[in-house]
Amino acid sequence: MEIYLNGKTTAVTPECSLFGLITELGLNPDTVIAELNRDIVPSSQFETTILKPGDALELLHLVGGG
Amino acid sequence: MTSSTNDDLLHIGDAFLESRLFIGTGKYGDDAVIPAVAQASGAQVITVALRRVDIGNPKDGMLSHIPKNMRLLPNTSGARTADEAARIARLARAAGCGDWIKIEVISDNRHLLPDGYETAKATETLAKEGFVVLPYMNPDLYVARDLVNAGAAAVMPLGAPIGTNRGLRTREMIGILIEEIPLPIIVDAGIGRPSHACEAMEMGAAACLVNTAIAVSGHPARMAAAFGDAVRAGRAAYLARTAPVLEGHAAASSPLTGFLGECHE
Repeated sequence: MEIYLNGKTTAVTPECSLFGLITELGLNPDTVIAELNRDIVPSSQFETTILKPGDALELLHLVGGG
Repeated sequence: MTSSTNDDLLHIGDAFLESRLFIGTGKYGDDAVIPAVAQASGAQVITVALRRVDIGNPKDGMLSHIPKNMRLLPNTSGARTADEAARIARLARAAGCGDWIKIEVISDNRHLLPDGYETAKATETLAKEGFVVLPYMNPDLYVARDLVNAGAAAVMPLGAPIGTNRGLRTREMIGILIEEIPLPIIVDAGIGRPSHACEAMEMGAAACLVNTAIAVSGHPARMAAAFGDAVRAGRAAYLARTAPVLEGHAAASSPLTGFLGECHE
């Protein structure tokens, strides 16, 4: 199935959890910030959040800035 | 050197800060120097930004480089409207950054000057949501008053455009804010040298935020220490009340009587 990940159409495993996707991408679930269809997903809900086709997912993290 | 007295604390939101130097985390050639910079600066507040993860090239975020005892001040850089700034602020808080937010709303990509109207709107929205809001702003008295009314915890006027190291080009306007605005004035952007930061503090600024001037210097940790010293010196001079300027003629420091060779007949 396809979702919009950080603005790009991306193929992911059907019924994949947010946690599953984050780890599959090699990201650290402790430092990733997730916004799904404009709603913030707390990291405590990464495992129970199941992605659906067409979801708009933003994965962010803290970077250097002034 | 650290301050030996703690009776001159900077009160912002829920914090009483001993250090009046805030530092940033952008533009370092190697982020691994940030812990040494933080320590040398004595700063207790450090800014970060929020960005999309680079999916093809995942790197660990900035948090691993920031000492745990420092207070994070996430910025809303990248926001072009108040709504975008509020969205970034909420994400940062959800990510565990705490309640402090530096509002940065910029749509002019050449001069990177902040949009006062959108900044005030974002400040109002986020202050109502319980954020401790520190808006980056052009030092304009009316914008500053709007920010006070919007619930800002401090205002952060620019000394010169971001990243230019040109110093206090807006000196007169910052002076007016210091005089008129009943909130801490934290000079942000444009400070290129410790002497610029010292001057801002002598004028009565409550604090300075320095990123580029430390990060791109030849030795960031040494420069961070120099800025820490300059901010402390400027603050001490402000508290001691600097001596008045005398125009038009000189005034001797040494007595004008009792010279050798004087004849008294």
